[in-house]
Amino acid sequence: MNEIVDLIEKEHMRLDLPEISIGDNVRIYTKIFEGDKERIQGFEGVVIKKRGGNTRATVTVRKVSHGVGIEKTFPLHSPLIDRIEILSKSKVRRAKLYYLRKLKGKAAKLKEKRD
Amino acid sequence: MGLGLLGKKLGMTQVFDEHGNIVPVTVIKAGPNFIIQKKTKTKEGYNSLQVGFDEIKKVTRVNKPLTGHFKKVNIAPMRFLTEFMVGDEDIDVNEVASEVSIGMFAPGDFVDVTGISKGKGFAGVVKRYGFKGAPASRGTHEFFRHGGSIGAHTFPGRTMKGRKMPGHMGAQKVTVQNLKIVDVRGDTNILIIEGAIPGPTDGYVIIRKAVKKQK
Repeated sequence: MNEIVDLIEKEHMRLDLPEISIGDNVRIYTKIFEGDKERIQGFEGVVIKKRGGNTRATVTVRKVSHGVGIEKTFPLHSPLIDRIEILSKSKVRRAKLYYLRKLKGKAAKLKEKRD
Repeated sequence: MGLGLLGKKLGMTQVFDEHGNIVPVTVIKAGPNFIIQKKTKTKEGYNSLQVGFDEIKKVTRVNKPLTGHFKKVNIAPMRFLTEFMVGDEDIDVNEVASEVSIGMFAPGDFVDVTGISKGKGFAGVVKRYGFKGAPASRGTHEFFRHGGSIGAHTFPGRTMKGRKMPGHMGAQKVTVQNLKIVDVRGDTNILIIEGAIPGPTDGYVIIRKAVKKQK
């Protein structure tokens, strides 16, 4: 990539967010505007995918709600993200955890990483 | 048409606007631009300003006629030269050898960007004109991306002119109109424009005020 384009991307990056890894259990709080009212909504789940560099980076978070799998992709550096909490980390061997989509219940559980 | 800027496409990226929306943008290096020659109605028969962009570092690569052309105005030889047709007042205001400032554009303005599109080589009708091709199943064989019939029989006895057929695609002059300027950086001569522009990265482009859309 051109170095000037790279610099422009870096300007828009948010450095206040924690570093997320694949398999982390996270809660992402996003700002939601309803008319002129603003409220904050959290989304909790497992990070199954990270892609893109610099300001283009996104993370996909998966959770199972009432037996239905839900995946949400967040642009990591969006100003609409209020804050991110990392609840726990897991031991994973892949970069993308797509295999979780086929698993249910206890089989879909990841081993927790302790240090 | 008025004076414009010359530039080089550096690539595309995305930025966030004030509402948090993702905006796709193109980054252009648009300067320094210098006025190399002034053509006037009295001398050449029409009003225009010749603008140069992108200094040639290796002076041995420049031929003698061009070297002389740049020596007249005391400016290092440049790779990209273009004339802009201008009105009488632009001829009076702008001096030869002066810089064309990027400050002529401001964020929120609309511009037209002209460039040479990426060459696609010899392309078929599906890629070139968006034909649908033939059905992929039910007995079709050796006829998947063809254009179908090119005309009737005895009458008219020939294929009509202008019939869309395979041929060379791309590598031609293309103008994209009404692109919004997101940011102008005067110190580094960087222009950030919303949306895509013709041509490859490092391709030369011409940036003019939008003809159809005013701010």
